[in-house]
Amino acid sequence: MSDISEERVRHLAGLARIDLSDSEVTALTAELAQIVDVVAQVTNAVEADTPATSHPIPLTNVYREDVVTDDVLTQEQALSGAPETDGSRFVVSAILGEEQ
Amino acid sequence: MSELTHHTAAELADALASGATTSVAITQAHLDRIAEIDADVHAYLHVNAEVSLAAAQASDERRAAGKTLNALDGVPVAIKDVLVTTDMPSTAGSKILEGWMSPYDATPVRKLREAGLIPLGKTNMDEFAMGSSTEHSAYGPTRNPWDLTRIPGGSGGGSAAAVAAFEAPFALGSDTGGSIRQPAHVTGTVGVKPTYGGVSRYGAIALASSLDQIGPCSRTVLDAALLHDVIKGHDRHDSTSLTDNWPSFADAARHANLTGVRIGVIKQLNGDGFQAGVMARFRESLDMLAANGAEIVEVDLPAIEHAVAAYYLILPAEASSNLAKFDSVRFGMRVTPTGGGTVEQVMSATRDAGFGAEVKRRIILGTYALSAGYYDAYYGSAQKVRTLVQQDFANAFAGVDVLASPTAPTTAWKLGEQLDDPLAMWRGDVATIPANLAGIPGISIPAGLAEEDGMPVGIQFLAPAREDARLYNVAGALESLLTTTWGGSLLSQNRGLDTPGGYSTSVKGGAR
Amino acid sequence: MSKAKLMDFDKALEIYEPVLGFEVHVELNTKTKMFSSAPNEFGGDPNTHTTPVCLGLPGSLPVVNEQAVRYSISLGLALGCQIAPSSRFARKNYFYPDLAKNYQISQYDEPIAFEGSVEIELADGKLVTIPIERAHMEEDAGKLTHVGGSTGRIQGAEYSLVDYNRAGVPLVEIVTKPIFGAEKDAPELAKAYVSAIRDIVIGLGISDARMERGNLRCDANVSLRPRGQEKLGTRTETKNVNSLRSVERAVRYEIQRQAQILSEGGTITQETRHWHEDTGTTSAGRPKSDADDYRYFPEPDLLPVVPTPELIEELRAALPEQPVERRRRLKAEWGFTDLEFQDVVNSGLLNELVATVSAGASPQAARKWWTGEIARLANAADVDPGSLVTPAQVAEVQALVDEGTLTDRLARQVLEAVIAGEGSPRDIVEKQGLAVVSDDGALIAAIDEALSAQPDVLEKIREGKVQAAGAVIGAVMKAMAGKADAARVRELVLERATAQ
Repeated sequence: MSDISEERVRHLAGLARIDLSDSEVTALTAELAQIVDVVAQVTNAVEADTPATSHPIPLTNVYREDVVTDDVLTQEQALSGAPETDGSRFVVSAILGEEQ
Repeated sequence: MSELTHHTAAELADALASGATTSVAITQAHLDRIAEIDADVHAYLHVNAEVSLAAAQASDERRAAGKTLNALDGVPVAIKDVLVTTDMPSTAGSKILEGWMSPYDATPVRKLREAGLIPLGKTNMDEFAMGSSTEHSAYGPTRNPWDLTRIPGGSGGGSAAAVAAFEAPFALGSDTGGSIRQPAHVTGTVGVKPTYGGVSRYGAIALASSLDQIGPCSRTVLDAALLHDVIKGHDRHDSTSLTDNWPSFADAARHANLTGVRIGVIKQLNGDGFQAGVMARFRESLDMLAANGAEIVEVDLPAIEHAVAAYYLILPAEASSNLAKFDSVRFGMRVTPTGGGTVEQVMSATRDAGFGAEVKRRIILGTYALSAGYYDAYYGSAQKVRTLVQQDFANAFAGVDVLASPTAPTTAWKLGEQLDDPLAMWRGDVATIPANLAGIPGISIPAGLAEEDGMPVGIQFLAPAREDARLYNVAGALESLLTTTWGGSLLSQNRGLDTPGGYSTSVKGGAR
Repeated sequence: MSKAKLMDFDKALEIYEPVLGFEVHVELNTKTKMFSSAPNEFGGDPNTHTTPVCLGLPGSLPVVNEQAVRYSISLGLALGCQIAPSSRFARKNYFYPDLAKNYQISQYDEPIAFEGSVEIELADGKLVTIPIERAHMEEDAGKLTHVGGSTGRIQGAEYSLVDYNRAGVPLVEIVTKPIFGAEKDAPELAKAYVSAIRDIVIGLGISDARMERGNLRCDANVSLRPRGQEKLGTRTETKNVNSLRSVERAVRYEIQRQAQILSEGGTITQETRHWHEDTGTTSAGRPKSDADDYRYFPEPDLLPVVPTPELIEELRAALPEQPVERRRRLKAEWGFTDLEFQDVVNSGLLNELVATVSAGASPQAARKWWTGEIARLANAADVDPGSLVTPAQVAEVQALVDEGTLTDRLARQVLEAVIAGEGSPRDIVEKQGLAVVSDDGALIAAIDEALSAQPDVLEKIREGKVQAAGAVIGAVMKAMAGKADAARVRELVLERATAQ
């Protein structure tokens, strides 16, 4: 059985920055518990020494030349989709937490 | 309905080349068709007739000046809303991006434009491509053109339905766990997931970076190959994009030949949990292939028993990170809690309001799978399953040229039928997911109709990485055999398509 | 914020042993960013140095800058590290408005360089080896400006503005192992270590290393443990330490602050602390907690970095000499005494001297400027000398002295004007008419006038009492408003006196 609790779901929602309502937390707790029970089978499917695959097609040393390209956006383009700007920068509400 | 919309892209290209028609005429015919039936089908989220017709006009002028860019110059195409475009909004089916205009074009879109194709509009999809039914679109579901009470598959139900309903000759889709192939299966169309890295992902709004791949949706194998030929190839903007010199896929489709082809039938995807009509069409197709020169053998891929579980850890994990950028700062929706709030509260409120239930479910699951103390057991183990799946495929392909399976266990289900059971819907991806885990290419083509519900059934072929051409060869050959038997395309058996008025009556009974 | 009580430094050292650790972030001076082809340039109009990648726009994808990888390998080698045969990028997930994607692409369990050491030299010539745990590649964040509230700080601000020009600038983070045994040298060691890193990256030419611009940033970890105790104490991480002087002061402050708390029976909170240059204190920041869960996982959009042995050897062969060796060589080349050279090194001015000498000044002249006038002005302004003027400007001032255009006194005046931002030394000389009067005719006229005004002095000079000339020279210098070369005036006075 999984260890999914409402408290854990709230914690995860905090990490994921989603302000879940109480009813969402309740529903998600039940669904996640059910899902985790199913997906947890992977732990028994592999051995400790099985190598992990993070990329389906193995490549290495894929690099870009150190030159500026025409992908650079104008300030207007950069700000074009923003909910709020001061004309040159993005505006956000007061920040509670500190820089990391 | 205009005759022009019933032509394949290849036929339209020929008609343009011979001067029998113009791009403006073709484009207008498709826009008319969309206006006529899309209120019922809801394949499109955005259509911009003015922009499309201007592009068509420019194409006709190029042709008149002898400066045609490509054989497909002037042929219209639909674009899944997961690909960003500068002249149409890009939403990925989510409220959080409603109305967002990208300042840049996705690479596959840029390639379409550079080849002179005419973007018709953006097609509907499950929000951020999370789903198998297109019911998870924030803008309402797309309906299956074969039966408007049924799902068109997902996440690319919009592209598949647009093609099946003759609202576009072909379309772009994205396939993370079957989002091109499964909609093809349930709509009687063709869908191809290329080799991972075969088509650039730049400008495709990411779901799961190591699984996502852009590919073509069409009514014929040749049309898929033609579109694939336009979008394939290396892109300096995508580190995972391959530098291979790809062969012409259209040539592979045109010169299909089954002689000496060895086809492996995947033991784990050959019966259990599959609908009778799906299996019947699958076995008929195999018999037909065998009768025409192919050799059929059974292959064992034991690790794919765990593929779905691994997939539903890897996908949410990557998605939870990929979707973090939707935070109300640089683009998209912003929701400020009553009375204001800190940026943290604004972000949280926006993400709660902007994301749908399935997206939140997967983000929370992915956050869990990556969190301290769980990573090794969940994400880590899933990455190991991935290795086992790859090894199974490598072993299988040592003895066969392609693998075959039904594309999905069932035909299209009724809208709303599986919404309350996420696991049931996920299990529907059992046959398509392994290819994404392994990065190999796959195709789904129509194999017939299931007698129990009269809905389309697809057959899937898989090939080793970089061997996409084999898919076009085998699928092209089977398509030719099947259409000969049917006396035309499978879609021509969908009589409802020509009487869109009849849809409304059927909708009333089944709509939710 | 109330000022914390501090224990006397020497007393603190009697009771506690300080253990240090440093995380130094070096911004690389590549032409473009770490994962995007946007220009890597300081400043600029806000949000003009971005691509879709820097803004984390939907659909955008990172691609690694090859030059940044080469620079990182070179730095790893210069730190005596092993270069990983295969390293990879990972995503560090956390939400913050200066982080466009809300994850930082960094390296986690597979850094590009690991297990090295740096030899540093303290003021008394003692060599200390600093153990390096790892150096890894990552991307910088954007810049936040807090509006409203007090003095642009985050606390009490009404809203904040975000500029992503800096987002994605390549960084190498160098992490030391715990440093034991520094004892009373701890503050000085901290400064010497950061200075050594600065010397290394400047020597490699991979960073502008200007601390005041944030090219080089130091987080200093300090913990204390009672003498005789094996278990390490709780550490704090002091951030925002943006000058060499501050590094030294911040470490000293934390030792004194922690010692006071511990001696009163209190406990140290594991937290980030912010250094305040103005008050010379640190204040509590974000507590480290179990809630910090960055959910690192391999970056699926990027591939492993697998440097070939050939590349590593190529970069190794191109490494400049180690700082300690370099100092030995420079001291010999410049012919400085032990005292003179230590003075330069301890002031952290070696690179400024090298640059000033290569811009044409003599080593002694360069030394006098940097350790004299400039250091004095920097001290008064509480900034690093290197932030006041450039070596090229100093060399230009000295050239004006060497060619006789300026006297030492005038040169100091010009230098102050340069610091005040009034222009280049030559411009200032021209604009303010500060040049020495080198026209003998003008000098002779003034001398003749002074001599005739003081006939008694003239008499004495003629009698051979040359020291009497001082009074006339003083009068002439005054008449020339100081813009004359006193030695030349003296020559001319003697000449005129005897000629008349």
